[in-house]
Amino acid sequence: MEISDEKRKEGLIILGCPEAPAQVSLAVHLAHGLRRSGYAPVVAGNPSARQLLAMADPEHHYIGEMLDLERCIEEISTDERDYDLSFVLVHRESGVSYAGTVSVVSAGRVVAVVFGKEAEALASLIDFDCETVVAPAVHNPMPLKKAIDRVMKWDV
Amino acid sequence: MGCVEALNYEVLLRHCSFKEYRAFIKKHYREVYEVQPGYKIFDLALIGVPPIPIGVDGNFVIFPYTKPCHGTFVLKVEGKEEIEKLRSGK
Repeated sequence: MEISDEKRKEGLIILGCPEAPAQVSLAVHLAHGLRRSGYAPVVAGNPSARQLLAMADPEHHYIGEMLDLERCIEEISTDERDYDLSFVLVHRESGVSYAGTVSVVSAGRVVAVVFGKEAEALASLIDFDCETVVAPAVHNPMPLKKAIDRVMKWDV
Repeated sequence: MGCVEALNYEVLLRHCSFKEYRAFIKKHYREVYEVQPGYKIFDLALIGVPPIPIGVDGNFVIFPYTKPCHGTFVLKVEGKEEIEKLRSGK
């Protein structure tokens, strides 16, 4: 599927398991960065992950449209929809599988944001074509923020 | 979009890594096909690190099913049509 440039570019944020403390802050930061860069942010996750984020940004000032995770993957894999840029949040091994999936089914740029206690070990599992941002952030999100801003050039 | 709960499945492995299920399927099944993530089986888009192995045992297919919080399960489901699709390379 060709990603149309006639409409506003869309940036996807795929949430992982909701138990990671940094995930909500990370998603809001990415959505804010996407908006500043001219993208319409779209967030996909399981119901609990979406509800945590919606509670933090109830009027969707940052996070934009929200999608069911399975529906989102289905739409990309069947060419119904695609995204110019996708962030996949990885703090468990399952996140690596989602990053691997999006790297294959999407024609857009894919960035795996790997964080948490096992960040380095998880990043070592990524042997497919995918950009990575890696920081062992658990409670303090600043190393992760700096790593993202550096890779996305959001710090200039 | 399919729903895994609509399938009559047997769980062969629970909470496993992609390396574990790759090794399990390749070790236990002689007929194995490799597909890309997003491949549709029982109307489910497969999640995983490419390539994803799918085993065939008689009239059953053996494939990984991944959820964000629970990791990956290896499921065994009867499906002659899915086996024909795998064998024909579609």
